[in-house]
Amino acid sequence: MKILVPVKRVIDYNVKVRVKADQSGVELANVKMAMNPFDEIAVEQALRIKEAGQADEVVLVSIGPAQSQETIRTGLAMGADRGIHIEADQDVEPLAVAKLLTAVVSKEEPALILCGKQAIDDDSNQTAQMLSALLGWSQATFASGVELAGDKVKIIREVDGGLEHIDVSMPAVISVDLRLNEPRYASLPNIMKAKKKPIDSLSVDELGIDITPRLTVLKVEEPEARKAGIKVGSVSELVDKLKNEAKVI
Amino acid sequence: MAILVIVEHDNNSVLAASLNTVAAATEIGGDIDLLVAGHNCGGAADAAAKISGVRRVLLADSAEYAHGLAENTAPLIAGMASDYSHVLAPATTYGKNILPRAAALCDTVQISDIIAVIDADTFQRPIYAGNALATVKSAEAVKMITVRSTAFEAVSEDGGSASIESVSATGDAGLSSYEKSELSSSERPELTSASIVVSGGRGMQDGSNFAMLEKVADKLGAAVGASRAAVDAGFVPNDYQVGQTGKVVAPDLYMAVGISGAIQHLAGMKDSKVIVAINKDEEAPIFQVADYGLVADLFDAVPELEKEL
Repeated sequence: MKILVPVKRVIDYNVKVRVKADQSGVELANVKMAMNPFDEIAVEQALRIKEAGQADEVVLVSIGPAQSQETIRTGLAMGADRGIHIEADQDVEPLAVAKLLTAVVSKEEPALILCGKQAIDDDSNQTAQMLSALLGWSQATFASGVELAGDKVKIIREVDGGLEHIDVSMPAVISVDLRLNEPRYASLPNIMKAKKKPIDSLSVDELGIDITPRLTVLKVEEPEARKAGIKVGSVSELVDKLKNEAKVI
Repeated sequence: MAILVIVEHDNNSVLAASLNTVAAATEIGGDIDLLVAGHNCGGAADAAAKISGVRRVLLADSAEYAHGLAENTAPLIAGMASDYSHVLAPATTYGKNILPRAAALCDTVQISDIIAVIDADTFQRPIYAGNALATVKSAEAVKMITVRSTAFEAVSEDGGSASIESVSATGDAGLSSYEKSELSSSERPELTSASIVVSGGRGMQDGSNFAMLEKVADKLGAAVGASRAAVDAGFVPNDYQVGQTGKVVAPDLYMAVGISGAIQHLAGMKDSKVIVAINKDEEAPIFQVADYGLVADLFDAVPELEKEL
């Protein structure tokens, strides 16, 4: 059984994002990039399933510029077996990502696709659901528990009020949430080994998918900055302000 | 123009985020229809019909919609979408699970988590956890949109008298089955919908010290949250986490206790109406966003606060 894990290269979550002066987007030049943190959790889960003897191969796929190969290498150093890079220099919308992945799925025929629930750059939270729809597969989003049981996967989902348990039949697309696991750090020997693991390159044209954006980004701006308020001298002054000035308690 | 709003409900009543979503539909303008999909959910449809400004309630009452499984509900929505210029759902875990699936079935891109309606084709949405705001324009025939509930003032849940019409069910896809729910047993409100949130950070020093915050929270009817540092240190479980990789909250009052104010934490709470920071380090970045800052040792200030409330 093969597991496919799509991984995205995004600005590292510790970096303060700066909007470009011309409002065309955010500054990406000379900014530290990393694997989307939710995707790291998906890679970790795929590796755990393989280590439990329930999968034979973990394949990573990334769509993006040439540097996306570094993101794939990060996952290979964690222990994934090989990578597929689909070169795209423009932003690709979630629907187009789902279509590209559908093309990869028809070549690779995985039984399970594990995705991060959202990428921390555009925060769309759409790709897993769309991919699942296009494939006509089972869908499990926001998983904090994933357990394979025969031809089913027992899922615990994070929902607004708590947790929900569902069973999904395979093949399935699962999007993972934070609590599912804590991703491992790659060891130095594994980082060295990862350099020899294969990464295939595919072009968008070869896959025959139209990735022309359907949404036009008119501008990207900074949110209004919050102004620092006042310092209060005591707890009783704080309570008084909250009751009588802000009127929130 | 006509707009379809997907209602989130518990079979008997309409959940609050649906009212904020109707508010966004009202801003777009046009006739508003509501879809209530569920099983034995007539009570919710009756409640939906009373929502102000609604033309009709479409009721899909059938066993396959009982637990909001996306594989069953998305085809229902996709089948109805072509009658509408816009399909809106709340950006809750319910809406975020179902709507992208419906959008893909319609070969339509989705606009996620809008916080403002500029015009019928143009919307504002946060990206990078709210550190930037994007204004996007869609040329799609049907705009599929999820709505961030905290950004729109809820419409009135009464005053309307919409008709209720049944729609035919689309059948069970047979892909997933619902087993059970474990809803939070806490008496406290849910973090993302609470009007007051009290959060602790690394400064709490130990998980057992969160009991102090819980006492304050109980007096205020507040939810308890935490920074990633507190979660990583093992003080509290991960579902407490407020921040870019945790939950995004925008309560009326957010109290940050022993939280320094890392970027990724601010991303999860800076849209709160009033922010209070209690920290002994007066240089802590949290004070730059706080409306009221108290420079004090939290182990003195929090018990005192509890007494004063």
